[in-house]
Amino acid sequence: MTSTIEPVRHGSSIGQPLTRRDGPLKVKGQARFAADNLPPGTLHAALCVSKIARGRVKSLDVAAAEAHPGVVKVMTPENAPKLSKDPDLKDVPFTFRIDVLQNDKVRYANQPIAVVIAESLEAATEGARLLAPTYEEETPRIGLDAGEVFTPDAVGVGAPPEQVDGDVEAGLASAAKTFTGTYETPAQYHNAMEPHAAVASWDGDKLHLFMPTQGLAIAQGRLAGLFGIKPTDIHIDSPYLGGGFGSKGVPAGPQVLACMAARLTGKPVKLVPTRSQMYGPMGHRGPTRQTLRLGADEAGKLMALDHHILTASSSFDDFFEPAGRVTTTLYASKSTAIRHEAVRLDTGTPLFMRGPGEASGSVAIESALDELAFDLNMDPLEFRLANYAEVEPFSGKPFSSKALRECYAQGAKAFGWAGRPLKPRQTRDKDGFLVGTGVGTATFPALIFEGMARAEIRADGSGTVEIGALDMGQGAWTALAQIAADGLGLGMEELTFNMGSSDLPNAGIAGGSGHTATAGNAIHAAAQDVIGQLTELAVNDQASPLFGAGNAGVTAAGGRLTRRDDPSRSETFSAILNRAGRAKIEGKGKAGADAAAQKSYAMHAHGAVFAEVKVDPDLGQVRVSRLVGAFAAGRIINPHLVRSQYYGGMIWGLSFALHEKAEMDPRTGRFLNDNLAEYHVPVNADIPAMEAILIPEEDSVVNTLGVKGVGEIGITGTAGAIANAVWHATGIRVRDIPITLDKLLG
Amino acid sequence: MILFDYTRAATVADALATGRQPGAAFLAAGTNLVDLMKGGVTNPERIIDITRLPGLSGIEAKPDGSLRIGALARNSDVADDPHVAKTYPMVAEALLAGASAQLRNAATVGGNLMQRTRCQYFTDAVSPCNKRQPGSGCAALGHATRIHAVQGWSEQCIATHPSDFCVPLAALDASVEIEGQGGTRSVKLTEFHLLPGDHPERETVLEPGELITALTLPAEAARFAGNARYLKVRDRTSYAFAVVSAAAAMILDGGKIGQARLAFGGLALKPWRVTEAEASLAGKAPSPEAYAEAARIALDGAKPTGEANAFKIELARRVAVRALTLAAAGTPARLPALPASPFGIV
Amino acid sequence: MTIPIRLTLNGKPHAIDLDDPRITLLDLLRERLGLTGAKKGCDRGQCGACTVLVDGKRINSCLQLAVSLDGAEVLTIEGLSEGDALHPVQAAFIAHDGFQCGFCTPGQIMSAVGLIREGKAGTDPERIREGMSGNLCRCGAYAGILEAVKDASGRMEQREDAA
Repeated sequence: MTSTIEPVRHGSSIGQPLTRRDGPLKVKGQARFAADNLPPGTLHAALCVSKIARGRVKSLDVAAAEAHPGVVKVMTPENAPKLSKDPDLKDVPFTFRIDVLQNDKVRYANQPIAVVIAESLEAATEGARLLAPTYEEETPRIGLDAGEVFTPDAVGVGAPPEQVDGDVEAGLASAAKTFTGTYETPAQYHNAMEPHAAVASWDGDKLHLFMPTQGLAIAQGRLAGLFGIKPTDIHIDSPYLGGGFGSKGVPAGPQVLACMAARLTGKPVKLVPTRSQMYGPMGHRGPTRQTLRLGADEAGKLMALDHHILTASSSFDDFFEPAGRVTTTLYASKSTAIRHEAVRLDTGTPLFMRGPGEASGSVAIESALDELAFDLNMDPLEFRLANYAEVEPFSGKPFSSKALRECYAQGAKAFGWAGRPLKPRQTRDKDGFLVGTGVGTATFPALIFEGMARAEIRADGSGTVEIGALDMGQGAWTALAQIAADGLGLGMEELTFNMGSSDLPNAGIAGGSGHTATAGNAIHAAAQDVIGQLTELAVNDQASPLFGAGNAGVTAAGGRLTRRDDPSRSETFSAILNRAGRAKIEGKGKAGADAAAQKSYAMHAHGAVFAEVKVDPDLGQVRVSRLVGAFAAGRIINPHLVRSQYYGGMIWGLSFALHEKAEMDPRTGRFLNDNLAEYHVPVNADIPAMEAILIPEEDSVVNTLGVKGVGEIGITGTAGAIANAVWHATGIRVRDIPITLDKLLG
Repeated sequence: MILFDYTRAATVADALATGRQPGAAFLAAGTNLVDLMKGGVTNPERIIDITRLPGLSGIEAKPDGSLRIGALARNSDVADDPHVAKTYPMVAEALLAGASAQLRNAATVGGNLMQRTRCQYFTDAVSPCNKRQPGSGCAALGHATRIHAVQGWSEQCIATHPSDFCVPLAALDASVEIEGQGGTRSVKLTEFHLLPGDHPERETVLEPGELITALTLPAEAARFAGNARYLKVRDRTSYAFAVVSAAAAMILDGGKIGQARLAFGGLALKPWRVTEAEASLAGKAPSPEAYAEAARIALDGAKPTGEANAFKIELARRVAVRALTLAAAGTPARLPALPASPFGIV
Repeated sequence: MTIPIRLTLNGKPHAIDLDDPRITLLDLLRERLGLTGAKKGCDRGQCGACTVLVDGKRINSCLQLAVSLDGAEVLTIEGLSEGDALHPVQAAFIAHDGFQCGFCTPGQIMSAVGLIREGKAGTDPERIREGMSGNLCRCGAYAGILEAVKDASGRMEQREDAA
């Protein structure tokens, strides 16, 4: 593994492999995450959660809890503040139903059923235990076979559940080879290292929150509705998120409960759910059962691609893992159809989780493709190339850019794909382990949301950019500052960059791999606004060496405006502003999807992931020994950070393939592994030598800056590549994910 | 966690006196006890902190060739002790394959013996569990998972003991030194943990108030130093409990196995040592056939408790064969980077 | 009733009156002493985010009852660097991008410091991976963590050789 990173130079800052600007604070333990705040007089709150999955709470021993030394108050449906809006009302887009003590109903295990507020965390925690709830229990519906199958109105965020392009039955009938396989993926939990903490305090009808969130304005809107106050009266500090992965996209019930507890007691309240309490009210990746039917002609051209998905949502709300979506964009086929069906279960409501839909769908389709390729006696990579989508399937739109061929080529070269035996179980290493290799295609849509930013340049030559953007680890503090610095033509030293607070302009949600595009383009636009005004001042001022250059005739860099046609004629920002008697120039910028471009083009990031695994031939234990990913995602703002995003995604792909699975007892709906000892995510020793190749890609269509997202694409492709590599090593095709050693004992 | 009385014992006598009181629990590192108290699984009213008891953390080679390890010695100190590593390498390997470095730095020898099962129905503090609440039933029985027992279980309890350390200790005939009101007694490790039978709430032979003070590895155990391995099959490469593990050791004598030792982890509520399997190896030349025969005998009578753990029986046979093969190949001069892992090839 | 204990915390002696015997070292640091560098990721010894050094050894502070640590020497992330100068492990984590969200980072760094002090891993990647496996990183920064620990370990060895 190499740690040299080549700068991909676009501007002075953009493209530079800068280290994280928040790095020094984070390595010194000085970056303040939400739960690190403890305003004077703060009370501690602990949740009491349901141990049944369906029914109602019959009793809570409030007296026992209140008698415990240090307990101040027990909040139950009896005394919980009544909300201004039914928390189950979905009158605003992006609303998820939450359980916040408005009734005694239990809809899933680990649902909050009471909150104990105390002077100390120890007292609150014991108070919650002393409540010793009793229940009226109904038989829970757990597992994909437990509910009645129906077709949801929409999957993911507003996507159609069924899409058909051509006649798949005819395609299958005409195919030289067909393959049918059913793949299962389990429920997975985000498990951000930082729990969904909230430190809430009220000042009259104004609410202050230290709370990690991936969407400040969404959170403000939700809380404002629930508490009947103005969004602007809610101040949220979220400078750092300890991971989100989708689970902090909307406020979770326990965070709302912290606000309610603060209101009930009139004191600041800190509520940090325990790890196990995060399995339920914070969303998860819904389970899927996916049946792929594929057909190809003799030459390996896909004639039919049929993807059926059965998934699950909760009994009371809608989020359906859109696992088929990836099939509509990935490969060219004469006919393609996707269809989602679902059941309702007594679990918490699923939610978008890193690579929602794409991750689950990718592992199934990439596995199925390999199964058919083997039947066709074709190299899996050649098979993918044979079905390369030159235009987006279904829509027929050209891609705004698609350097996937280059990803395949460079990835294969770096990995050493050539010469791979087609047959499985052909290779052993010197220690006798079975060795196998596999490939998977990575893809994720290049999204952009609506966002705003403001910028200013001051007479002393310094500047500020402000935006309600969020850093959950992707590196927004650094990458967005790089965009800001280049936009204002300043060095990083002259730039003040603020983000992570709801007082700043709304930058939309940090999700969908669209945050750098959204916030970056908003920042860029705000900076352009400032530079435009500054240029206006200079080119119309006879005293300026830039006089008469015209608005398009200057560039901003190094704190100066410079004539494009004559670099010797330039002037500092400071000189321009001082002469004009202006203390500063302020600007605003917006970003959003370009409807015309979206109508004409398909926009996706792409990649190819190659995996090598070793499998113990007798014991079945698997270890990934190499992972190489090559990704093309438009302009790279900071290759250092982007590489880390790819690595992170690839590790999630490894985790998807080999480790993660939430287990429940179907009799009770209770979790069997709602902890980090038994819900396995990879440890350091699971992670092999990795390589991420950044394939250059220019895209003048996708957005002004030409950036696509990099946060989620790494999972796609990787899980399938590993599943394929395990088959190649062992000859055993595991269609029930995760691939655990018991399935490889032969 | 309930509000408890905290006392720090200054002497063993002190500890024994207070430890007899109802609701008392001894606190050493607390890596298991505090975890269980946080989960409400166990709720001691009185914590007797034994961490300062003098003379209980030493590792001492005795003139008779045995080794005495104080009950308060930390897992990492035992694993890193040069004498232990050299003379009882599979003990060191098992220790280093357990938990994480942080936990090993805290956890004590006595605490390791006393650690409770990871059975989900025991740790959730609410399910029927005969171990936690005698007579309430066994919720695991209808939905056994991969961690549940395939040997030695009863209708009352199908839990397993999670320790790695205890597995080679059982194989090497270690004994447990126990101090009580009536004085000191010594119990073989293989007899220290109790199978569930009709009384899964009784987990060890310790009487209320008794304290483990030391472990002893007999002189005989040192004879296996040259051919001893611990092998642990896990669902992730590190920081995971065993699916199945085995300690295998032998004394090779002129191309033949003089004596062999074989014990398993992950199969039962105690480290599962099978002397019949060991005996089958004695006098034979080391060979895959001999190992397979020993493995077959070792898993005689094994019975799954559900679909999810049936695979462990065959896996355990293979683990036994591999562990014996590794042991026969000789103990490595330095423990592998991934101790006890199938991928820990030196 | 309070229980008095003494700790040497980041090199300075502290007399602390514990108001509750249930307080863990982690909660003592975070909720009572304002040292919020060590993080609570699981509170059950399953993630390593709370790692600090006690008497020079890395441990999970979430599982240690503070009352039991009377007299101990505790080093947290806040006491690692002197002034503005970063400890070599801290600097290496920045240079090699050994973190993303930064939540597990104080625990990772304290664990790495412990690992290097243990002196068994050196710059061997496999031994570092194993030695750092008690610290989960959900962002998936393991490649950078490995490089950072390897780099810092090498530098610290060199420094000791020179001394």
